[in-house]
Amino acid sequence: MNITVDVNELNTDFIVKLKGEIDAYTAPKLRESLFPISERDNVKITIDLTEVSYMDSTGLGVFVGAFKSVRAHNGEFTLVGLSERLRRLFDITGLADIIDIKSGTEGGLE
Amino acid sequence: MSQVYDYIEMKIPAKPEFIGVIRLTLSGIGSRMGFAYEEIEDLKIATSEACTNAVQHAYKDLEKGEVKVSFGLYPDRLEVMVSDSGKSCNFEEVRQGLGPYQNGQKVELMREGGLGLYLIETLMDDVKIHQHDGVTVFMTKFLEGEQVEMDAKTVST
Repeated sequence: MNITVDVNELNTDFIVKLKGEIDAYTAPKLRESLFPISERDNVKITIDLTEVSYMDSTGLGVFVGAFKSVRAHNGEFTLVGLSERLRRLFDITGLADIIDIKSGTEGGLE
Repeated sequence: MSQVYDYIEMKIPAKPEFIGVIRLTLSGIGSRMGFAYEEIEDLKIATSEACTNAVQHAYKDLEKGEVKVSFGLYPDRLEVMVSDSGKSCNFEEVRQGLGPYQNGQKVELMREGGLGLYLIETLMDDVKIHQHDGVTVFMTKFLEGEQVEMDAKTVST
């Protein structure tokens, strides 16, 4: 019932690997990790959700916030490695049409 | 008319770190009742959303508080009740502007919250919200294939 945020930086490219659960308890930690990065100009953030075992609307809120910030700074924001479960959450909330999302099979980083 | 059922009740401190404990309990109850994996995941999200609302809105100004979560286990369904006794926010107000994001919406105007209640209503079969001193969210999920049969019978709770 916790989350680890692993940030890999290469110039303006950031790959953020998340592991664990995203809920009301862990979302603030995720927000703190993502927001400073999202405010850089022309940043490219790829968030890997392969090892996220649980997520609810608190996680969606953090990603929407980060996405808005990245866009405001002319950057790119992509979510990869979504399980069917996670993908469904983005589908039913309409976010899948707005945020660039690649599911588990199509967006593997390895 | 009353119906024979099993009842489980938990009280957690109104702190976000305990919402995961409710999810663990719910997993156990859901699998014991024979819910499918997908349905258990739906139950976990809906119940967590209700707990998150209770923790975040109801107890903004108070140091201490409790959230009560009750589970009614029926042969054909699970009823989950999440209630707080804190200061109630105006749920009708919260309900305004709920729902999915629209494609083509301006990115800078996208809201960053308010999806919780929408998810609860989407993921559960029946949802009732009762406002009193606090707020009680009453949610029902039927075991697969039970709902049609339920509609044909006189429903008693």
